[in-house]
Amino acid sequence: MKLPASPLKLLGQFAVLAALAAFAAAFSNAPAYRQVPDDVGVIKLSFSHQADRSQECRRRTPEELAKLPPNMRRPMDCPRARRGLFAELTIDGEVVFSEDLPPSGLAKDGPSQVYRRFVVPAGRHAIVARLRDTPRTTGFDHERVETVTVAPGQSLALDFRPEHGGFVWR
Amino acid sequence: MLKFLQRSLRRGFDLAERGLDRVFGPALNPLAQLGAMGFFLFWIVAVSGVYLFAVFDTGVERAYASVEWYSTSGHRWHAGVMRSFHRYASDLMIVVMALHMLREFSLDRYRGARFFSWITGIPVIWFLYISGITGYWLVWDQLAQYVATTSTELLDWLPIFGEPIARNFLAPSSLSSRFFTLLVFLHIAVPLVLLFVLWIHIQRITRPKVNPPRLLAGMTLLALFVVSLMKPALSQGPANLAKVPSPVGLDWFFLPLYPLADAAPGALWGLLAAATVMLAAMPWLPPLRRMQPATVFLDHCNGCGRCVEDCPYEALQLVPRSDDLPYALEVAVNTSKCVSCGICTGSCPSSTPFRTTDALHTGIDLPDLSFAEMRERVHAIAATLTQTPRVLIIGCWHGAASGQQEGVLQLPCIAAAPPSLIDYALSRGLADGVAIAGCSESACYNRLGLEWTRQRIAGERDPYLRARVPRERLATIWASPLEQARFNDELASFKARLAALPRTAPPAARRHLRVIEETTP
Repeated sequence: MKLPASPLKLLGQFAVLAALAAFAAAFSNAPAYRQVPDDVGVIKLSFSHQADRSQECRRRTPEELAKLPPNMRRPMDCPRARRGLFAELTIDGEVVFSEDLPPSGLAKDGPSQVYRRFVVPAGRHAIVARLRDTPRTTGFDHERVETVTVAPGQSLALDFRPEHGGFVWR
Repeated sequence: MLKFLQRSLRRGFDLAERGLDRVFGPALNPLAQLGAMGFFLFWIVAVSGVYLFAVFDTGVERAYASVEWYSTSGHRWHAGVMRSFHRYASDLMIVVMALHMLREFSLDRYRGARFFSWITGIPVIWFLYISGITGYWLVWDQLAQYVATTSTELLDWLPIFGEPIARNFLAPSSLSSRFFTLLVFLHIAVPLVLLFVLWIHIQRITRPKVNPPRLLAGMTLLALFVVSLMKPALSQGPANLAKVPSPVGLDWFFLPLYPLADAAPGALWGLLAAATVMLAAMPWLPPLRRMQPATVFLDHCNGCGRCVEDCPYEALQLVPRSDDLPYALEVAVNTSKCVSCGICTGSCPSSTPFRTTDALHTGIDLPDLSFAEMRERVHAIAATLTQTPRVLIIGCWHGAASGQQEGVLQLPCIAAAPPSLIDYALSRGLADGVAIAGCSESACYNRLGLEWTRQRIAGERDPYLRARVPRERLATIWASPLEQARFNDELASFKARLAALPRTAPPAARRHLRVIEETTP
């Protein structure tokens, strides 16, 4: 290793590199970023739910079954596509979310999904979550009405679990 | 607009490089070692990462605690320092990568045959960011929580995932250790892909600098060590998905766009896509107009391989002979890699202006600036040198001499001039002195032209400058186009030195003059 003639020069070189490393260290976790103000909380509406098939299953006729390869002769013909959902979320009487949620997948046979984040002031809030997952065109099949208290900085998640009776807080 | 940006950046880099030249000298100047520094920092990150991984626990419950162990009192001198190395060297990689890209742009070293290095640099940017961002998740502190939720929300904006990935971070109960194992895999696999892309990135250049000078590397390591002790990298409290992680201390090198991801993920994707497309299109905005690539003249090529050795772009290779001459090999030019710098002409032993054949040929030549034309221009310039001392400047297009109008043999690279041309100009009395004016020492446009010229003059690289050439009549000036004042000063100083020399022409010139006198009626 060829050392420079002057120790002062060596010191200067180290100072430059140390300043560069210090620059990296300084901006590696500062200045702080505030995603939301201090006096708010977050309510997340997120679920993944599969509605019934878009068309009812029907029994194949013997003629239809005979035309199929032996390993594919299922008596019932069930179309893959699922129905879409319609979901609505109201916070303190204001509808903040109201959308049709189509089934996922190229064949439209996957669950409908949603993930939304709502920033709300800390305090008590009247929450109404509704979901329609049947062929009906008006009204809802599932509903949860509740008043929740959101603490500053709190994150609440509203999920939909049919096995747990519908909308659940997580 | 692009030109203006390029000129402004060039000026900025030039000022910074000259300043750092004073502190480091050209050989150690960090701005001239950005690529090599990037590789060096990668290895620091890799080694420190292996060290940290040995005690890292991928379980969601224990990940935070295992990272905290690094910084506890008994381990901060080794594991704590390694953690800081891992983070700060990664951050410096971003700095070095950005500077490297901007500098190559400012030097116009991204168009023409050099498009390959530029284009392959784009995935390097992506993979480096992905490597860093996945690393931040693993700590599973509040910053990790913020990075995880924001990253997944950003990814979910793209209609390519089945179930929203962000649902993994919905509530404490929704997170699984298997997801962490997947992240560890990504954090190891992506840097390996990055290394592979870096290897591709340097494929079309000869002698890529992948290791900085040892002194520079050692001091960088020491600087990182000192900073790691003074400001160790620490966690920001354990993640809690029941709370919003705010405020968080962001890493502004890796996460500067995350606030935009919070506000408008679609806009951020648009910005990233536009920036990527723009970067990919830049080599052709506009395309570089270059001279025709080098051409081999087999009658004058014995396959010695000097040009292959000297080409900075791997554009030449030795192949089996295709003619009847009694040599085993000949040179073949890969025209897609050739940038027409002419360094091959300068390295060819056949490039000697003393040849007396009617048509001056050499083994490998530039069709648009042949060696014969080079010699003719030397004669033409010599005829215009009226003020004594007469100085012939052999100047590079990319150096300070590119702005000079008179007395300059302009070449695409200083190493395109074979040393015999200097000998020729002085021994034939065409000039009292020759000034070699190349790029600045730390920014040779054609990578190796300056080094080869210096070695040829010093007699360390074939073809050598002959010992008979009076070195006091030769000057080298390494200056960028923005250093006109220094160039003029050094040129004036050289002229003053020449003026002090005996005003006798060199022996060969005397013989030449005698021949002229004898043949003149």
